[in-house]
Amino acid sequence: MSEFVNQGGYAWYVWGAYGVCLVLLVAEVLVLRKERRTILARLGRLLRLRASGGNK
Amino acid sequence: MIRFRLREMSVDVSGTGTEATPSRSGEPKRPRSGKSFFKLSSPATFYPFAGRMIPVFWVLAAVLILLGLYWGFFQTPDQLGGTNAQKEYYRIIFIHVPSAWMSMWLYLVVVGWCAIGLVFNTRLSFMMANAVAPTGAVFTFIALWTGAFWGRPSWGTYWDWDPRLTSELILFFLYIGYMALHSAIDDTRRADRAAALLAIVGLVMVPVIFWSINCPDPNQCAALHQRSGLGRIDGDILFAMLTLTLGFWMYSFATSFTRLRSIILTREAEATWVREVVRREMPLGARR
Repeated sequence: MSEFVNQGGYAWYVWGAYGVCLVLLVAEVLVLRKERRTILARLGRLLRLRASGGNK
Repeated sequence: MIRFRLREMSVDVSGTGTEATPSRSGEPKRPRSGKSFFKLSSPATFYPFAGRMIPVFWVLAAVLILLGLYWGFFQTPDQLGGTNAQKEYYRIIFIHVPSAWMSMWLYLVVVGWCAIGLVFNTRLSFMMANAVAPTGAVFTFIALWTGAFWGRPSWGTYWDWDPRLTSELILFFLYIGYMALHSAIDDTRRADRAAALLAIVGLVMVPVIFWSINCPDPNQCAALHQRSGLGRIDGDILFAMLTLTLGFWMYSFATSFTRLRSIILTREAEATWVREVVRREMPLGARR
């Protein structure tokens, strides 16, 4: 296991590359999810606003 | 009003609606180029289709990426021989090359949708381009970053103004420029067209990146990727690399479709079918 983590002494380079890759891909997914929720919530508020008498 | 809504809903539910329904009730209908040739070319039809496809792409991406990582770390030799001996750090290849390929491929996809949008004046094409570009930028950055972390142990430097590195960096700026220009223009349709032009002009960078390793005279220009080529690569390494490439591609589909759905909701907010979607899909926590 520690041999795997060590990557023959090149752990910084290997995991530095893989780590940033992982962080970016996961971050993109999280941002997308948050974006979607924000938009749905905003459109939902708009709908209720109109339903409550704004737009006949 | 009610009849109108029913018609649009039937398009949404059946998923076969080919007629171009005016999507914004208040907006005058824009000229369309004859019949619509593709069933999915209307946002109202593509939205549910993308929703059904996203989980499929996520599963494919997860399986392929995990398989590629497993193969890359456990089924490949610890070191690479050859003229340029590489130790364990060569394993960066399994994400470096796939992300570099995706960075160029996704740019081609963005330009393709931009061109289709400009020629046929179709809303969804521009939305596609908008949806793909950020993922392309992410992969371009990953390609640059992993390249730096590979370059340090193998070439002795994190960065060099080598033709391929430089042109890839310019590609990153092109992605950023495309997105920035688009968000800087308030009128969405003008933003679409302006950013599309920028993307198409920037297309010149893709062949430059691709062929920049072919330095005609190594004494005059030293290209760091000079010796790279698929021909001499070990079968297991190639398998892991190609598997991760497919995995990244599926990931790109999943993220692009997710982003596309958000873009469709934003841009078509006034359409009746969008209101139905919002009622149906709004997360419970956001109902306050």
